[in-house]
Amino acid sequence: MDRRKFIKLTGVGMGGLMLPIPGSFISAAELTANPMDVAAKKQLADIALNAAKASGATYVDARIGRYLNQFITAQEKRISNVVNTESAGIGIRVIANGTWGFAATSNMSTDSIAKTAAQAVAVAKANSKFQTDPVKLAPVKGVGEVSWKTPIVKNAMEISIQDKVDLLMEVNNAALDNGANYITSILFLVNEQKYFASSDGSYIDQDVHRLWAPFFATGIGPGGFKQRSGLGNPVGMGFEYLDGDPTEQIQIQGANVGYRWSYDMVRDAKEAGQQLQAKLKARSVEPGKYDLVLDPHHLMLTIHESVGHPLELDRVLGYEANYAGTSFATLDKWKSKTFNYGSDIVNLFADKTQTNSLGYVGYDDEGVKTKEWDLVKDGILVNYQAIRDQVHIIDQDESHGCCYSQSWSDVQFQRMPNVSLRPNTEDLSADDIIKDVENGIYIVGRGSFSIDQQRYNFQFGGQLFYEIKDGKITEQIEDVAYQSNTQEFWNSCVKMAGQSDYRVGGSFFDGKGQPPQVSAVSHGCPTTRFNNINVINTARKAG
Amino acid sequence: MAIYTEQQAKELLTKVISFSNADECECNLDGSNTGNIRYARNTVSTAGEVSDVTLAVQSCYGKRTGVATINEFDDASLKKVVERSEELARVAPENPEHMPNLGAHKYSSVNAWHQSTASVTPEDRAAAAGASITPSKKNGLIASGYLNDAESFNAVMNAKGMFAYHLSTNVNFTATIRTEDGTGSGWVSRDFNDVDKMDTGKASSVAIQKSMGSVDAKEMEPGKYTVILEPAASVTLLGNMFGNMGQRGADEGRSFLSKKPAEGEEPVEGAPTNRLGEKMFDERVTIYSDPAHPECPTAPWSGDGRNVDKTVWIKKGVINAMPNSRYWAEKTGVDYMPTAYTGGGIFGGNQQLVMEGGDESLEDMIKNTRRGVLVTRLWYIRQLDPQTLLYTGLTRDGTFYIEDGEIKYPIKNFRFNESPIVMLNNIEALGKPVRINGSMIPPMKIRDFTFSSLSDAV
Repeated sequence: MDRRKFIKLTGVGMGGLMLPIPGSFISAAELTANPMDVAAKKQLADIALNAAKASGATYVDARIGRYLNQFITAQEKRISNVVNTESAGIGIRVIANGTWGFAATSNMSTDSIAKTAAQAVAVAKANSKFQTDPVKLAPVKGVGEVSWKTPIVKNAMEISIQDKVDLLMEVNNAALDNGANYITSILFLVNEQKYFASSDGSYIDQDVHRLWAPFFATGIGPGGFKQRSGLGNPVGMGFEYLDGDPTEQIQIQGANVGYRWSYDMVRDAKEAGQQLQAKLKARSVEPGKYDLVLDPHHLMLTIHESVGHPLELDRVLGYEANYAGTSFATLDKWKSKTFNYGSDIVNLFADKTQTNSLGYVGYDDEGVKTKEWDLVKDGILVNYQAIRDQVHIIDQDESHGCCYSQSWSDVQFQRMPNVSLRPNTEDLSADDIIKDVENGIYIVGRGSFSIDQQRYNFQFGGQLFYEIKDGKITEQIEDVAYQSNTQEFWNSCVKMAGQSDYRVGGSFFDGKGQPPQVSAVSHGCPTTRFNNINVINTARKAG
Repeated sequence: MAIYTEQQAKELLTKVISFSNADECECNLDGSNTGNIRYARNTVSTAGEVSDVTLAVQSCYGKRTGVATINEFDDASLKKVVERSEELARVAPENPEHMPNLGAHKYSSVNAWHQSTASVTPEDRAAAAGASITPSKKNGLIASGYLNDAESFNAVMNAKGMFAYHLSTNVNFTATIRTEDGTGSGWVSRDFNDVDKMDTGKASSVAIQKSMGSVDAKEMEPGKYTVILEPAASVTLLGNMFGNMGQRGADEGRSFLSKKPAEGEEPVEGAPTNRLGEKMFDERVTIYSDPAHPECPTAPWSGDGRNVDKTVWIKKGVINAMPNSRYWAEKTGVDYMPTAYTGGGIFGGNQQLVMEGGDESLEDMIKNTRRGVLVTRLWYIRQLDPQTLLYTGLTRDGTFYIEDGEIKYPIKNFRFNESPIVMLNNIEALGKPVRINGSMIPPMKIRDFTFSSLSDAV
């Protein structure tokens, strides 16, 4: 993506966030304007399909997209940004001479679409000079005309700006009144209206909604400053996620509140203020080996980095070698059917079907009906994440349905589906997991995450750290990060909580590819224990 | 048409402003022609070209601001985008930190555009990829890489008479070349304004050499080592440090440049709130920005149209200047210290930094090292502590042990936990600066660089 399309929110979190905001600025009212009629979209898509076939394409798909965003930022007592954007156009992907070609345009006249389709075929033919291995697509049966919609209760785009501003002001005040000195809170709302048509005979209309409400609070004390981010999850839900339903909250004894399918952002901000004050006074961790209890708000990103990324088949094959890297989880390990990714209680699965998750859609961006499949079963590596042109490499004939493009103007490719850790069949609580630990640390929330380019060695931090002594949380501590190796780490997994503790967090802006594209992906997991992990102290004198 | 000449941009923006009815009106016109080619597994995977030009109009009523954008430029569309920005401004919440538009300024002359780069064709890109793939294949290696070229212009004008224009070209290339069995990996990165300076074949030979040379890496114990950081290995750490040098964060007590009373001492009214003027680094450390630098020129103006000339941020180890906003400068009664425009008011790109060095080449530095570790690049860099700027990350694509002035053998990659503040206090030697990511950075020999664990990644 073009650098100019990234909005820079300075003063947010650790050194600022670069966030992708594609499209043109529009008014809030235009976010809820009527989308294009389905019949009109079908007509335009057919022009693309016919023009590409006439130019010599053996396969063609067309994606007509209208992508809407609303981002609102509040810093302390003021609203610093209200941004509404819209981006609309058509992306046409073809196979000609056994090679992919792609072209896109925002000009939706019939002429322009036909020309763009021909251009995509020309690109495919030009690139076919380098092709040594013609594209092999796993079969997909056309589904005719179907539609799918994220099951939202309250369309976030329809909530007034004033209500959103009021919520963020209440959040900021709650943090500032309870011990924070600075806070930035943000609402990110996304609506993808996308229509997919292919030469396989599918015409799929989808209306996808996502929401994320993070905050970043700072507390300043005599010895320095500390930061605490919100524990809300990015979700595939409407504004109802921010209703703060108390039945969706999990109180951990002596520690934090966790959030399932409803988030009380004001409560979390208030507790962030209080916890910042505790962080400023907390003692620094003694480095060494500890049993770690990882809460779902934290563990989700560990799953993302150490399971989600290494099991992307394009990384395994080397297509991402020059950017994100390759993977330790090579094909020989998968073929052996004996590679112990984790201990035998570790079951990791992929899906695009969990309700309320970021990855939840009816069909992926190449018209494949979404599903769930196992990646690691009883600790053994059993599968990867693959799309139509990849599954033949792992001897399968059905795509996993995890193809995605961030917009109509970017070509779709394999992206991470939701990747989650199955909860214990026994419905243990987080407190049940903590009560057996003699000398441990309970880590909450996502902090600093770093992992090597083949996903072996990682070092992860968190937001809140609690010492566990003889089965009880004693006090907040600071400066904790753990270092491990992916396989060793998952093999040290000894116990996890059950379904009622299962929470789904995620990454709203996961980057991949050159030029880079973002996607949103969820990770579900319960509170989980890992034994004998190396903990380092991140405090250091400088300057 | 995606590239407007200065005269064309001036005419269009003058027309846009003539449609304005707001208290203030400022417009940005940005256009680019970009092209790219990506390859992996010794074959081209994707290629594309994008042309885009966007007009953004910002209208203000008092402290209320609205921005609207458009990519159609007939009179009706121009009127529509002005009206839309005015509608948005009327309903926007007041921003108490809003600053009035600036008037006319004079800018230094900068040459960042080259016909050669503006004329790159898809065939040229394919040839550039081929020049990397062919020698890799010949050596039984697997190449992957990415080349991106752009011709772009940026123009800004407001109703108070300010007009700034910048035309530039850029080309960026990276390649990762690996052995077939995955036991060796080498990497290279080059970027220029003039594509005639770009030789992807020559660059790839560096990655090929590192790839073959990194096979059978030996394990070394983690610990503190003397390292030679190639410019690609330090540029991100230095950029991150610069990103944390803002005056406001320091004054507010949330930066490594905050000045606080020592523990147990009471704050004194009027005492400095930041560390401007303090010596924090080795006296060989001088870092500045200069839009007119011949090797890595940038726009000679900031996002709000103020002229930006050479600014020395760190002078002989002393904090000499801290970037700030016009609002914060006025509030604290200090000079406005803007940074060069890197792609739009609220949008940002890499900030150009020029770090002074010496005359030694990387090869000379290796020759003059008794024992040390040569680091090609650092990867997945994340901050651990914003107070000390402690970062973590890993070495990647070519890490070697140096003994008695020679590269002895490849070593396994390390995780590092280190702060650029410590790093810039532990300088043994600085080499000759080279361009990397739009900046000029010297290779650096640093003592006591902290590696905390080993990684099996190649």
